Amino acid sequence: MTARVGVVTFPGSLDDRDAQRAVRLAGAEPVALWHADADLHGVDAVVLPGGFSYGDYLRAGAISRFAAVMGTIVDAAKGGLPVLGICNGFQILCEAHLLPGAMIKNDHRAFICREQVLTVERTTTAWTRDYTVGEHITIPLKNQDGQFVADERTLDMLEAEGRVVFRYAGWNPNGSRRDIAGITNEAGNVVGLMPHPEHAVEPGFGPDAADGHRRGTDGLRFFTSVIGALVS
Amino acid sequence: MGRVVVEVMPKPEILDPQGKAVAAALPRLGFHGFTGVRQGKRFELEVDGDVTAEVIEAVRQAAATLLSNPVIEDVVAVTVVEGAA
Repeated sequence: MTARVGVVTFPGSLDDRDAQRAVRLAGAEPVALWHADADLHGVDAVVLPGGFSYGDYLRAGAISRFAAVMGTIVDAAKGGLPVLGICNGFQILCEAHLLPGAMIKNDHRAFICREQVLTVERTTTAWTRDYTVGEHITIPLKNQDGQFVADERTLDMLEAEGRVVFRYAGWNPNGSRRDIAGITNEAGNVVGLMPHPEHAVEPGFGPDAADGHRRGTDGLRFFTSVIGALVS
Repeated sequence: MGRVVVEVMPKPEILDPQGKAVAAALPRLGFHGFTGVRQGKRFELEVDGDVTAEVIEAVRQAAATLLSNPVIEDVVAVTVVEGAA
């Protein structure tokens, strides 16, 4: 049976189609979900895509958190549904309290768009089981509000519980505390990160890689990981 | 008509990139002597009729859940504006 992975579209989502495409390339069936529809249509996992939902009004992700679909997703996530939040999706997961911390403006105050190297720190999540610990991957990073912050106690807790999934390698592009690029919840089914795996899934359209210009597909394994997690 | 003003500021320990940008721009315009700027938000909530205790309680709850994110921001004031036109 083909896994069905929902991708939510909010007003102002930008990367929903890219996320659907990534799901398809990984071998699953993408299912478009709508912010105002609380029904998850029986999907096996959910992606909250990047973009500027509600124009980032108030705070990034603050208004999307109260969308009809989010109530259902929060309940389902607490029950174990795999949920991946990318960029704006990560911000929404934090605002919805599925993940701790918050994102504020980049410390250098500028929008940033670059190919970013990350270190994989945890592979026992629904979205990272096809990576290896310590592996370096390159995927695009593009945001204005990408600085991950939390109080010291929360940061210590994330470290102690092994919930830092990705760290920025080489250079911290936004001032995120402890170079954190992505985190997970206690159960490992909810993952949020600022960089964009869905933009690195197809040779010719990804970051530059060792085997050639735009050949990088390091993001694809997020989506194959969740398919593996669903059948195991 | 009643009005309640809610003021939200970034927590003191949180870097405020917008305030920093404003602070850097001040001397360029000839405004010297300001050692720091922090930028917050002001919300004006309007209701028909008087601002009752229930209204203020609802505003406080809205301030804590939607208007601010307690991870990065503090609600520094909830003020009733008398005789708002």
